Amino acid sequence: MTDKKTKYQEVAYYPGCALEGGGHAYNRSTKALGKKLGLKLKEVDNWNCCGAMEVKNIDPKLQTYLSSRVMSIAANQMGLDTVMAPCNGCYHNLKKAEYDLANDPDSVAVVDRISKKSGHDTYQAGQVETIHALDWVKETIGEDGLKERVKNSLKDVKVANYYGCMYTRPRHIFPEKDQGPGSESTSKPHFMDDLLEAAGAENVEFPLKTACCGGAHTLSDSDTSTQLVLNILQTAEASGAEVIATECPTCHSGLEMHQIRAEATLGIKTNVKIIYFTQLLGMALGLKPKEVGLHENVSDSFAFVKEKGLA
Amino acid sequence: MRSLDDIGRELASLQSDEPGPDHAAVYLALGEEVLEHWVRARDMEPCHDEREGFRLLALHRQGADKLPSFNACRETCRELAYHYNLLIQQPDHPDSPQRMRMMGMVTRHLYLFVRGKMEVEELGEFCCSSRPVRERVDAMQSKQ
Repeated sequence: MTDKKTKYQEVAYYPGCALEGGGHAYNRSTKALGKKLGLKLKEVDNWNCCGAMEVKNIDPKLQTYLSSRVMSIAANQMGLDTVMAPCNGCYHNLKKAEYDLANDPDSVAVVDRISKKSGHDTYQAGQVETIHALDWVKETIGEDGLKERVKNSLKDVKVANYYGCMYTRPRHIFPEKDQGPGSESTSKPHFMDDLLEAAGAENVEFPLKTACCGGAHTLSDSDTSTQLVLNILQTAEASGAEVIATECPTCHSGLEMHQIRAEATLGIKTNVKIIYFTQLLGMALGLKPKEVGLHENVSDSFAFVKEKGLA
Repeated sequence: MRSLDDIGRELASLQSDEPGPDHAAVYLALGEEVLEHWVRARDMEPCHDEREGFRLLALHRQGADKLPSFNACRETCRELAYHYNLLIQQPDHPDSPQRMRMMGMVTRHLYLFVRGKMEVEELGEFCCSSRPVRERVDAMQSKQ
């Protein structure tokens, strides 16, 4: 057993706000997948917002504090050394807070002041390691472990893996990436590709894995977001993909909503399905579509998964 | 200099053609032209340097100077350079027509991103490359 394989068997689970709202399917499928794989998720007690994009853009040090509180609870109240955040936004923010607290004395002072005022232990850099759901499955079960457990192979399912932007950017807050064989790449991420391929999927060459989707401008500048998303959807289809696999609730809902909007406003219909990687892996391991929350997605993939023998 | 709309029209026209062997150089040049728009919009003269053998990458670096949100199209530029290399070095590869189609889609993404930023400069700024809104407000107030 490697260190990470042992360490990640039991982690503090930080679902974040999106997974309790529009991204509930990701929450359900992550928990179901963990249970199926025998991995323990202990939800962070009384967790709070990570500071998301809104707080970070107004007061970055307050965002650092908010993220640090989640890590402080995991370390100091729950006694855990790893926080697993499936949402790219949460994952990114906790990593950013970790970086700031290790490198910026002003952030340390602000976090200490607010933590004391709030009545909890101040988080110290290095107390926990924040990982993504992709790291969690990759390091504990890995490709070989998945192959042994697959009941419904994803064979004949052609997948474009879309990682979005916050999983790899900015590079300096992810020091564990780009460390050679076995580590994740920030320019061409592959962990999701590796896991889905192990479950039988055929990954297509998809050149927009980390391309900007218009993200937070999805409401303030919907037309730009629709155009960017439409190009991502069309590129996936032109790559031969039937499914775009996602690992972020914001990316996922952006792709789903703008797929509908592109058809409504531009008259351009795309048929590529949008499914969380945890849903695809869960179904490959024998979970039923409803157990992985397929009914909670905005887009309807039931006929597709049935056709592929996953339902 | 052509307008972004003209560039968009040429791009659409190229993408609707059967992929031809000379399209790779045209897509790369269109990518450079798109970035020139961004650099000029920031009151700079587009450079003629190269990075890793590509003017496109040098222009991206110039456009991203002191502006982290422009890094949201860094990988798009690198994919464009990567596809160009594939197409130039393996022109007879059986995947060349598909690679050319993909290069067209990647060029289109760069065009859409830069066009979006020309309309709403903050595009990309609230997500992966966030910059505090207050930073700009503070700077404006200190000038007054």
